Amino acid sequence: MARIPDEGMVEKRGIGHYFTHVGLIFGVLIIFFPIWLAFVASTVTQSDIIRPPMPLWPGDQFLTNYSKALTSGINAPVALMLMNSLIMAMGIALGKILISLLSAFAIVYFKFPGRRLFFWLIFLTLMLPVEVRIVPTYEVVAGFGMLNSYSGLIFPLIASATATFLFRQFFMTVPDELAEAARVDGARPMRFFWDILLPMSRTNIAALFVILFIYGWNQYLWPLLITTDPSMNTIVMGIKQMFPSGDDFADWPVIMATSILAMLPPVVVVVSMQRLFIRGLVDSEK
Amino acid sequence: MEKRVTFKGWLLPMCLLMPQIIITAVFFFYPAGQAIYQSLFIPDPFGLSMQWVGLGNFEYLLGDSYYRASFVTTAVFSILVTVTSMGFALYLAVLADRLIKGSGIYRTLLIWPYAVAPAVAGVLWLFMFNTRVGVVSWYLGLLGYDWNHVLNEAEAMGLVVVASSWGRVSYNFLFFLAGLQAIPKSVIEAAAIDGARFWTRFRTIVFPLLSPTTFFLLVVNIVYAFFETFGVIHTITSGGPQQATTILVYKVFSDGFVSQDLGSSAAQSVILLVIVGALTIVQFKFIERRVHY
Repeated sequence: MARIPDEGMVEKRGIGHYFTHVGLIFGVLIIFFPIWLAFVASTVTQSDIIRPPMPLWPGDQFLTNYSKALTSGINAPVALMLMNSLIMAMGIALGKILISLLSAFAIVYFKFPGRRLFFWLIFLTLMLPVEVRIVPTYEVVAGFGMLNSYSGLIFPLIASATATFLFRQFFMTVPDELAEAARVDGARPMRFFWDILLPMSRTNIAALFVILFIYGWNQYLWPLLITTDPSMNTIVMGIKQMFPSGDDFADWPVIMATSILAMLPPVVVVVSMQRLFIRGLVDSEK
Repeated sequence: MEKRVTFKGWLLPMCLLMPQIIITAVFFFYPAGQAIYQSLFIPDPFGLSMQWVGLGNFEYLLGDSYYRASFVTTAVFSILVTVTSMGFALYLAVLADRLIKGSGIYRTLLIWPYAVAPAVAGVLWLFMFNTRVGVVSWYLGLLGYDWNHVLNEAEAMGLVVVASSWGRVSYNFLFFLAGLQAIPKSVIEAAAIDGARFWTRFRTIVFPLLSPTTFFLLVVNIVYAFFETFGVIHTITSGGPQQATTILVYKVFSDGFVSQDLGSSAAQSVILLVIVGALTIVQFKFIERRVHY
């Protein structure tokens, strides 16, 4: 009994306590190491890197490498690719939230012929990631002349029901009395939607936004297929395009600066909105 | 489940549904239908007409040693990614759960790699193990080990597995930690009073109680390894050496866009479609059961 402290905790004190921290710090270091190395590489010169081993402590080329990446890059300025990624990620996140809010509202709050059919048509899409239907989707987008365009980057990735499913689940938990009261007061459906349902969904919308923003930002295969013009490249797919095709040395400092820039926005979103992020993650997997 | 109170009318709800219906029809149903349709044809050598072959593309695929090899590669890859990322995450979650204070700090430090795109993770790991400039490969060389994932198939597989698992640890850690914290402390204390040491308690109480989380993560991670790791493979190995890391999704891409073999690529899409469908059903069944607990 002496080993169990008053708080009722089990074996959480004494020497074992330090081993726990040591074990966790070891894990954190393993997770951090690749990022640290990328950061160091983005602050040294090319000659520091191509004569291995490269230094493990940052150098003084931070400004040179990052400004070179942002303003000229290798195929296209990275600042431009960052903007493309931002437009795509925002377009996917906001577009998906908008159409899902509307369709979930229609499915939950109206009875009309064909409702069940539409419900199932939309939910079938839960099952198919874009990776599985890339060739025909590419043909459709090419047919519309949407290659190398923002709409081509955004629309095919909006065509999935995860968000609709989530909003439907949430609307089902909203008390019936609210809609009842609105109807008695003679409020039209859209008034109820704007004044009551939407404000109530704020947290869900924010949590979903965090998840969808990261999803959109990190897309790789789709932008790789449909943006052949370097000025339309997104940053995540643009990094691979920076490697030389032949036997030359890659421009590692610039490539690593670009990698750091590519992970910065989604990482900032996750860390600064941790609570919403975790909520969104748990919601969207249920 | 149905709402008791609903609004009347059909024009308004149809208008509300339209954006999603149109986008889904154009960018989802039509392409998916095309994939099924195209899988039944082969284009002539000039690409001018399509010739009906029925299930010929499927028969050809199942007899094709490269395709069967890609199946095996995908299975090995998915299992390794799932085991590696879940194992490491469970180790970290069990440790973090032991802390009275400070598990929040470790959570913050451990979750953000989730936000790093698989393709970017691929570039980071490629840099560390690069055969000419990589730090890790250089030190391995110092130890007398000649690392070369460009030529060595096992090393290539190892590298894409580690790079794919790395960011995934965050995700699994989050769910494992939540699962561990949901286990009533009284159960564990009771076992401790009975004299069960940490490892015994973990094996006989904690791990069994954690099994819903573990099963859920198994399915989700397999889906991840199947479909979302394309970026890692494409940046590190491009499917090589000798197709040693060509997983099924990569093969759809390389046959469809690089070799322009549309019929075969479409048939592969349909096979993948069936696999995702099966995995989704497993996932839904499981969630249904969890709801009834």
